[in-house]
Amino acid sequence: MSSEHKEISIAEFFEKNKHILGYSNPSKALITCVREAVDNSLDACEEAGILPDILVKITRVSENTFRIVVEDNGPGIDREHVPRVFGKLLYGSRFHAIKQSRGQQGIGISSAVLYAQITTGKPAVVTSKVEGGKAYRFEIMIDTKKNEPEILREEDVEWYSPHGTRIELEVRGSYVRERKQSVLEYLKETSVVNPHAKITFISPDGEVFEFDRVSDVPPEPPKEIKPHPHGIEIGTLMAMLKTTKARDLKNFLKGEFVRVGDKISEEILQKAGLSPDLSPSSLTREDAEKLVNAFRETDLLPPPIDCLSPIGSQLIMKSLMQEYSPEFVYAVTRKPKVHSGHPFLVEAGIAYGGSLREDKVSVLRFANKIPLLYQQSGCALTQAIVSVNWKNYGLQQSKNELPVAPMVILVHVASTNVPYVSESKEAVSTVPEIIDEAKLALQECGRKLKEYLDRKVSIQKKKKKEEELMKILPLLAEKISEVVEKEKVDPEKVIARIMGKVYISRAVNGNKAVVEISNFSNSRKRLRIYEMCDGGINGNRTAKWDVEVNPGETERIEYEFSGKHVNSRPLVEGIEKELVAGAEVVNYEYGEEGT
Amino acid sequence: MNMEKKALEALLSIAESIYDQLKNGEIPEVKISTRTKYNIEFNEESEVWVYGDRTSTRTAKTLKGAYMMLRMAYVMGFIKDQLRINKSSTLRELYYISENWGPAKFDDQSDSDRLIEDLEILTAFQREHFHIRPEEDGATVIGPVRIREETRRGVREIHCQDDVGEGGYQIPVNVDKLEFVDHDAKFVIAIETGGMRDRLVENGFDEKFNAIIVHLKGQPARSTRRLLKRLNTELDLPVVVFTDGDPWSYRIYASVAYGSIKSAHLSEYLATPSAMFVGIRPTDIVKYKLPSDKLTEQDIKALNAILTDPRFDTDFWKAEVKLQLDLKKKSEQQALAKYGLDYVTDVYLPERLTELGVLKA
Repeated sequence: MSSEHKEISIAEFFEKNKHILGYSNPSKALITCVREAVDNSLDACEEAGILPDILVKITRVSENTFRIVVEDNGPGIDREHVPRVFGKLLYGSRFHAIKQSRGQQGIGISSAVLYAQITTGKPAVVTSKVEGGKAYRFEIMIDTKKNEPEILREEDVEWYSPHGTRIELEVRGSYVRERKQSVLEYLKETSVVNPHAKITFISPDGEVFEFDRVSDVPPEPPKEIKPHPHGIEIGTLMAMLKTTKARDLKNFLKGEFVRVGDKISEEILQKAGLSPDLSPSSLTREDAEKLVNAFRETDLLPPPIDCLSPIGSQLIMKSLMQEYSPEFVYAVTRKPKVHSGHPFLVEAGIAYGGSLREDKVSVLRFANKIPLLYQQSGCALTQAIVSVNWKNYGLQQSKNELPVAPMVILVHVASTNVPYVSESKEAVSTVPEIIDEAKLALQECGRKLKEYLDRKVSIQKKKKKEEELMKILPLLAEKISEVVEKEKVDPEKVIARIMGKVYISRAVNGNKAVVEISNFSNSRKRLRIYEMCDGGINGNRTAKWDVEVNPGETERIEYEFSGKHVNSRPLVEGIEKELVAGAEVVNYEYGEEGT
Repeated sequence: MNMEKKALEALLSIAESIYDQLKNGEIPEVKISTRTKYNIEFNEESEVWVYGDRTSTRTAKTLKGAYMMLRMAYVMGFIKDQLRINKSSTLRELYYISENWGPAKFDDQSDSDRLIEDLEILTAFQREHFHIRPEEDGATVIGPVRIREETRRGVREIHCQDDVGEGGYQIPVNVDKLEFVDHDAKFVIAIETGGMRDRLVENGFDEKFNAIIVHLKGQPARSTRRLLKRLNTELDLPVVVFTDGDPWSYRIYASVAYGSIKSAHLSEYLATPSAMFVGIRPTDIVKYKLPSDKLTEQDIKALNAILTDPRFDTDFWKAEVKLQLDLKKKSEQQALAKYGLDYVTDVYLPERLTELGVLKA
């Protein structure tokens, strides 16, 4: 072995390969630091069943140095865990747990701490408090040689919050505004898929953005499950064989995996040619390989799916509605499926039109409720979108491109193991099962969109037809009166009937008058009619009647009057102008009681 | 003139009905016989096909119905004015006059023609009573018959062989103004195409067989069909129809013999139920080994439509149409020229007419 070869610590390795974890450029690094902290907050709140209230504040320290504060109302972290959670890479509670969570590898927040330390030399300042306990503050750095936390300072502090965690980092970075790849966009998208979270963001320019919660119900915390034999890699299996407490292989299989019982474990072991009584720790690499092959050859029930926590189609629609004010929104949550032994499910949503005006589709990609901001074109979710034939749903689209429409497309994949393209969690690998599911979800959204667009077109057509009809009917009335050589007939009642309005007419015979109120709409109407005569009606100058007319019926008011009518047409109150023909709509005192 | 007055009254009663409906606040509607092949039925008494009981309602609730009624109002107004000053106009003129009617203007002459037909059906009068004429279609007659015609320059008597040139006597628009004086004819032969009509005239068919040759000029005009009907009923002459051998030609025969779907309200006045079909039959294509063309997709569609047309619901037509669909071929009248120019008059027609019993063997 050459003397130049020496062991490098993981921390050292990441120091030299920052890009792998998403710190490849200053603006991306800033987003990644925020993201790691916010993801941790959301995960912690979700596990504790708390509605998250997260504050993100970025202040400019110098031209290219920023101070990031992320504060949550989560459960807090036990004092003895804090140093390693923030100061040791690959330390985390979730590394071996099989369930859906934002963080998976236990390197997220500590990598941000490391990045801060490398670029500014400043420690991370962590404040935390568990319910009923005291608040304390740590200043932590990472000893990169040993990959161990280095505590610079530790003290009790007063903190107003009953529980929560606050982290402060000073990093080199660059703050971009209003771009697809920005802290603001990340938080906005995070808010879309975490409708139960309240996120407040104070930007370096002092602007305050508030993303309110749309739902007051915290999502059901995902359950942990044991690994499924179809999803296990040989290395993991060997590690499990070493650490298991099971005495023999049969009990190892039954105890450490899901969907393995007596019969199945015997079947597996028979296929692997291994004795059930063997001690797990005695297995060689070759034996483990036999076992993995036997797993593959055995038919198993898919893994249980309650370990997944979808956002839910209703909440996706609500969030999209709130965030984009579209004219149409639809979302679908697919049933869970399995890719190489890992349960997953896909959700998709679309928001169309309304405040969305630009004919450019925005794609929102999410994995386990984390927005994916980079590598859009290389992502399985994008590929699913472009592989859908949106022309079928009334949109324009060039081959293998995004459709052209004022639209937001959201795709979320939730899994106990999201197959990311790289450690920096920027894109989902093109796993056929995931693409298929995403495609089916998007196609359903597309079909609903088409139904909506078709309905819209037919309503517009109908409206145009009605407008034309309103022009034709008076012409018909005029011409037909001329042909029969009679007094010109008024088509207003016919128009009212066709348009479903309330038609009010007055016929006068000597000193008697009849007012007829015909209700051609399909709802009951309560109205007040006024008539005025200079000689009086029943002793008053003005008379009023309250009438109720059922759909399709006509009410009559008969009265005697003297002198002349002051109002050329009856006056009516308690109904919208557009719904009446033959009378003037007025607004005196009726109204509140009328509706 | 009395007829015209009654026609106008009938017309105005339609206008009154629309007016009254509007006045009562009812959505105006007009009921009219449905004009499809599914609504024609055979009238045992007159042996022609007339409209059945099915009616369609045109209502002003729909844009289409409202436009139809508006146009109808304009047309009624126009006819009323025209009758008042005793003028007449052609269908085409009516179409052009509508240019001045704003939104009531017709988009196409077929629309205005159709509306006049609607008025005929609604009033049970004919367009002639409204002083609306079709265009001269130039269909002609040649043969041993003497007619008397009232013309603008007085009454003329014309012998349709002796007093006319090769072109024959041109059928006027109002055939009811003709009178048949005398004749030597044994039968009437109505011919679809000009070429075949000229062939028969050149070969002296009318003289040799005492035939009256009537040129149909494609789908025959009402005046031509009315003339055939009158020759048949008044002079008791058998009528035979000689067309090309394709579905469109069979429809020409049907409109002569049974009445057309478009003007079934006039069938009793226009149709000649005893008219016989000479050919070209699909059987002839086989029998005479006639040069033929392949059926087009439209031909096949039209033949299948004939199979569901009640007017063609006879063993003869079912067998012929099915044969043609099997052959996938059609032939023209003039395909007979394959055997020489005289073949049609010397062989084909004598054979067919003997089969039909028009010529005695």
